[in-house]
Amino acid sequence: MYRRTLTAALAAVPLVLLSACGGGGDDADGGSGSAAACEPSGEDVELTFVTWVPGMDQVVELWNQKNPDIQVTVQETPAGNAGTYNNLFNGLEAGTSPDLSQIEYDSLSSFRLQDGLTDISACPGVADAEGQFADWTWQQTKLGDDGVYAIPQDSGPMALYYRKDLFDQAGITTPPTTWDAYYEAAKQLKQATGAYITHFPQADANWFTGLLWQRGASLFELDGDQVRVTVDSPEAQEVAQYWQRMIDEDLVATNLQGFSPELYAAWTNGSVASWPSAAWGYSTIRDNAASTTGKWAVADLPQWAEGDQAAGNWGGSTTAVLSSSDHPAEAAEFALWLNTDPEALALENELGGLYPAATAGADLPALEQGIEFYGGQTIFDVFNAAAGEVDTDFTWGPTMTDTYTAMSDGFTDALNGQGTLVDTLTAAESASRESLEAQGVPVAD
Amino acid sequence: MSGSLAQRASRAQASARQDGRRSTTDSPLAIGIAMVLLIIAAVYFLVPIYWLVVNATKTQPDLIGSNGFLFSTWNLGRNLSDLFSRSDGIFLRWGLNSLLYAGLGAAVGTFLSAMAGYALAKYSFRGREALFTLILGGVLVPATALALPLFLIFARVGLTDTYWSVFLPSVVSPFGVYLSRIFAAASVPDELIDAARLDGASEWRVFVTVGLRLMSPALVTIFLFQFVVIWNNFLLPLIMLRSSELWPITYGLFSWQSQVSRDPSLQILTVTGSLVSVIPLIVTFLALQRYWQAGLTAGSDR
Repeated sequence: MYRRTLTAALAAVPLVLLSACGGGGDDADGGSGSAAACEPSGEDVELTFVTWVPGMDQVVELWNQKNPDIQVTVQETPAGNAGTYNNLFNGLEAGTSPDLSQIEYDSLSSFRLQDGLTDISACPGVADAEGQFADWTWQQTKLGDDGVYAIPQDSGPMALYYRKDLFDQAGITTPPTTWDAYYEAAKQLKQATGAYITHFPQADANWFTGLLWQRGASLFELDGDQVRVTVDSPEAQEVAQYWQRMIDEDLVATNLQGFSPELYAAWTNGSVASWPSAAWGYSTIRDNAASTTGKWAVADLPQWAEGDQAAGNWGGSTTAVLSSSDHPAEAAEFALWLNTDPEALALENELGGLYPAATAGADLPALEQGIEFYGGQTIFDVFNAAAGEVDTDFTWGPTMTDTYTAMSDGFTDALNGQGTLVDTLTAAESASRESLEAQGVPVAD
Repeated sequence: MSGSLAQRASRAQASARQDGRRSTTDSPLAIGIAMVLLIIAAVYFLVPIYWLVVNATKTQPDLIGSNGFLFSTWNLGRNLSDLFSRSDGIFLRWGLNSLLYAGLGAAVGTFLSAMAGYALAKYSFRGREALFTLILGGVLVPATALALPLFLIFARVGLTDTYWSVFLPSVVSPFGVYLSRIFAAASVPDELIDAARLDGASEWRVFVTVGLRLMSPALVTIFLFQFVVIWNNFLLPLIMLRSSELWPITYGLFSWQSQVSRDPSLQILTVTGSLVSVIPLIVTFLALQRYWQAGLTAGSDR
């Protein structure tokens, strides 16, 4: 989602640091390992919280008014992969990291590897909170063991945004329910209107990962202490082959970057007619293709087999208590409130566009209304249903940056006619394995 | 009468000099090629600025929907007021931070460079050349490579995420010391220093009243260099700072840009903010241009 080159350049920074201070004993003494005791200190506590959700300062102000004994300071930073994660990794080494931070699901595992997270499962209220969140989001915070390493914040269940007017024009009166039907629709659409059905974003691994998630093609599996790399699984290859055919037959736009002005222009002038994307994407279209109001609609993501009910997820974050925190109980209490309190959820949705991970979020008035831009459709009904259909077993690796880099580099080549998407998966699999081994993570075979 | 004669003489001299120069170098072809190259260079450097000006005046939808090199709906006033009111006027804060880091940092850095360069040029002491070589070596080490070690040092003394963490590393400029030494050697005559000493001035006084004054064109050059380097420094704040009220403009704009997928309206603010952020640089350059040119050539013919 963000510029890869910069990310890659910045990613090198903490590795240098790690090798420089490898095994330094002055690290916060392994706060992550044991979940033993987690009691509030009973004193007045001050916490710092790093986030990049717009408007989060106002939500925290609400908390501070209600909780004079636990005062939270917000530090608004650039998005995680745009530098904040590296800042936090450096801070964990040097002992200057904050108490809490927003961390995306795909990065939790990296933080765990660096001993950056606190297991808060024993903290008051945490164990009882499990039922308040979409199953898969809670599962993500457990990182394959019995601990709880973060509280889910928001998620990005995926559905299909499409230009109803263009689909109608091409004689496609019901949105495609399977990927096969989507392929046929792409041909029909191209012939009737000249439009591409969607774009395959350049240099963006995250979008494709969401589609892998829907297919049940987890990138990694945890096997005891070992990590198994399954980037190149048969399921993943099926997804890659499908999109490779779309590329080969010139049915998708291949010259557009995600979230680029060129893409927004293509949406506006009708040369790209749909976008399989996450719940938070509704404002991306609304605000960047404003003149197409009333022409879009949202349908379930096409399925791999007729009658299936599987959704993918793209993006989303947690609120994690870092191992450097001296007050995990208070921090966990704040994190729970932040992500379950109806008033907080409503503000986060309004100011930050968050689609809450808490199931109570589905009842937010803002998410029950018809949305004018989408012809008055109550689009969040679709996403609420999708949120319940996201595979709970999808697992990220602890060195996702390298996996992503290999994937996005390969995609760019494939879109330029060099190699294929399937080749990319093969290359990303071996790149992931290498980086795991380089980090000393035991790799299962 | 004699005045006009003298004038005529000097005019003749001047025209002779001009003629002489033209006959040796200025063929029409050479002038033509030079002009073309200069125009290409000017276009190359000015087009991004032009783009920035054009697009900062647009609305968010037009930023995406309209031709990037043509004006459309005029929305600059609104963009500016949004820019300065967002998050309680944090942009202005970033601007002031940048001015503080770059302005004060460059001023202090220039003064330190001047002292070091003057000392290296005018005092002979044991290890002078070794010291100078060491400082020259510092020029070769990229600031990027130093950011992380600096972070660890500052973390140990508890100064990360403070003004000092960006300000202190910014006042050090090995290149400035190098330039100062060259300029001091070229533009501060030893005789003048000796004369001042004979008059009973202390070494400090000699430096301030004679050295600094004679080196001033060069110091403007160093100041400008340092100002631009600090203003554009991005990695150091990125590594050192987390609190948004301490960020310089570059970091702030970057952070907005990284949130665009959640809040698309930040895109036009980033563009407008970029335009506003180059204004202080342009103003500084124009204001100091005269000294800058003088400084660049000083010492070149000695």
